[in-house]
Amino acid sequence: MKPGTRLKSAACDTEVMVIRAADGTIECGGAPMDEAKPADAAPLAADFSAGTLMGKRYVDADGKYELLCVKPGKGSLSVDGVALVVKDAKPLPASD
Amino acid sequence: MNIALLLEMAAEAAPDRVGLVCEGKRWTYGDLLAAARGAFELIRQSDAQYVALLDESSEAAVIAVFGAALAGVPYCPLNYRLPDADLAALLGRIAPALVIGDEERITRLAGDQGHTVLSREEFSLKAQETVPAEDAREYDPGEGVAIQLFTSGTTAAPKAAILRHSNLLGYIFGTVEFGTADEGDAALVVVPPYHIAGISALLSSIYSLRRIVMLPAFSPEGWLSLVADEQVSNAFVVPTMLARIIEAMERAGAAGISSLRAIAYGGGKMPLEVIRKALELFPEAGFTNAYGLTETSSTVALLGPDDHREALASQDPAIRARLTSLGKPIPTVEIEIRGEDGETLGPGQPGEIYVRGEQVSGEYKEKSALDAQGWFPTRDAGYMDEHGYLFLSGRADDVIVRGGENMSPGEIEDVLLTHPAVADACACAIPSVEWGEAVGVAIVLRDGHEMPAEPDLKDLVRARLRSSRVPEKIVFLSELPYNEMGKLLRRKVKDVLAG
Repeated sequence: MKPGTRLKSAACDTEVMVIRAADGTIECGGAPMDEAKPADAAPLAADFSAGTLMGKRYVDADGKYELLCVKPGKGSLSVDGVALVVKDAKPLPASD
Repeated sequence: MNIALLLEMAAEAAPDRVGLVCEGKRWTYGDLLAAARGAFELIRQSDAQYVALLDESSEAAVIAVFGAALAGVPYCPLNYRLPDADLAALLGRIAPALVIGDEERITRLAGDQGHTVLSREEFSLKAQETVPAEDAREYDPGEGVAIQLFTSGTTAAPKAAILRHSNLLGYIFGTVEFGTADEGDAALVVVPPYHIAGISALLSSIYSLRRIVMLPAFSPEGWLSLVADEQVSNAFVVPTMLARIIEAMERAGAAGISSLRAIAYGGGKMPLEVIRKALELFPEAGFTNAYGLTETSSTVALLGPDDHREALASQDPAIRARLTSLGKPIPTVEIEIRGEDGETLGPGQPGEIYVRGEQVSGEYKEKSALDAQGWFPTRDAGYMDEHGYLFLSGRADDVIVRGGENMSPGEIEDVLLTHPAVADACACAIPSVEWGEAVGVAIVLRDGHEMPAEPDLKDLVRARLRSSRVPEKIVFLSELPYNEMGKLLRRKVKDVLAG
């Protein structure tokens, strides 16, 4: 998956931009994400329904995946069934 | 990844929030995105290879940078203070371009270069009025160059530094969290649009949802009154601006500046006297010294508010000295000091500053300056202390090599500045038959002081430094040549000393 690719959730309004990715399946609300939205919405899986937040970056434990939420929704993100977590950002003082 | 994403996200999250205030007019994020999309249409219609701006800061700078990004055409703001001949040459290097700004001057200098020229007003109005066609537009994916900036050329002819979308987004994602500014926050932007700090200020402010307040032409009084009128919370200044703001505050008082919580500075050496005074005059504000270059998409190291206060309060000379430091590398970049043979140097050893990271482009139109491992040689000379604080001693090209011994102009200047009659000083290399190079200095006298005898100044340097640092030639000038960003033009002083 190329950096800059925009993926849409099949189960909710979430959209992400890929900053970094490997070969696994990126999912939202338990359903695979794609560049196009499917005609029929996928059901929102209960285990992946914590929601996404605008502007947050989501990462896996190994640092192989990083997704930027550019549109929030009700689903939550995962790769091959493993939930992604919000990247901790140390606040820096504004420098410009 | 396209930098237009930053504005798209701001407009998605807060379409009706005011994102820009310029000369009394207020623009929401929704307005700005609509105008950037209109600008995309104008750029496409013009067949321009570049979008150039020859103008002071205004809404046109914001609309043009994002419009150009959407169209996949590099945005190239130009320094309107350049002499005609230099500017004509730069315009020739980016033809054909859509050039926004001083129509009369552009036509006079480059009327035969095939540019499309629009005044600021015309461009802003047309961008707002042009509604994208019904079918969804294919915007540029952002795999190429977002911005081209000509370097200031203080040591040589201007080079065309290029910043890719990935460099700039690497910087923003690494240093700013989306939407973290409070609704009332405002950043006062006074750096000209052709300077990297002027561009990064726009990108950072928009991504953090901090309202941009533009001051197109700096005056200390104008700056102070805009802080009060717009309840500005953040500001970036270059050292000469801060010195003039302090003077104005000492003359006329400082009412209405209590909203200022964060003042960042950079772009040149901050005199110790100025930052000490500023810390006293703005007791509530956090100060941040930002070190960065055009080629690194702005800041790579910073000295934060806590460091400033700690240094000011400390009795320990090593901690006090941090007030003159550039601080520590930001988490997303690496910094190394290297010697002449490319070897990595340890704490306290002076050498050249090297930087590596996603935001570091190190790339010019002609060639990349990065080494095989991705390190960018900044040509800045400096060292890192044992606690990881970075100190700058000047440009590597300014180092004076006398009989094989390297000396930095800064150390000689610092000693001369301790003389009560010396207001400003510049040391640079002069040709020497015996040593290859020797030390020459230009000195500006403080008002009301007698001219010191040359032997006295030489003795002062000899007493503090080694005898090799003693100037062989001393000239007295009424002022030193600085550019508008407060950068000392050593090349010009060198010419005077050689004459």
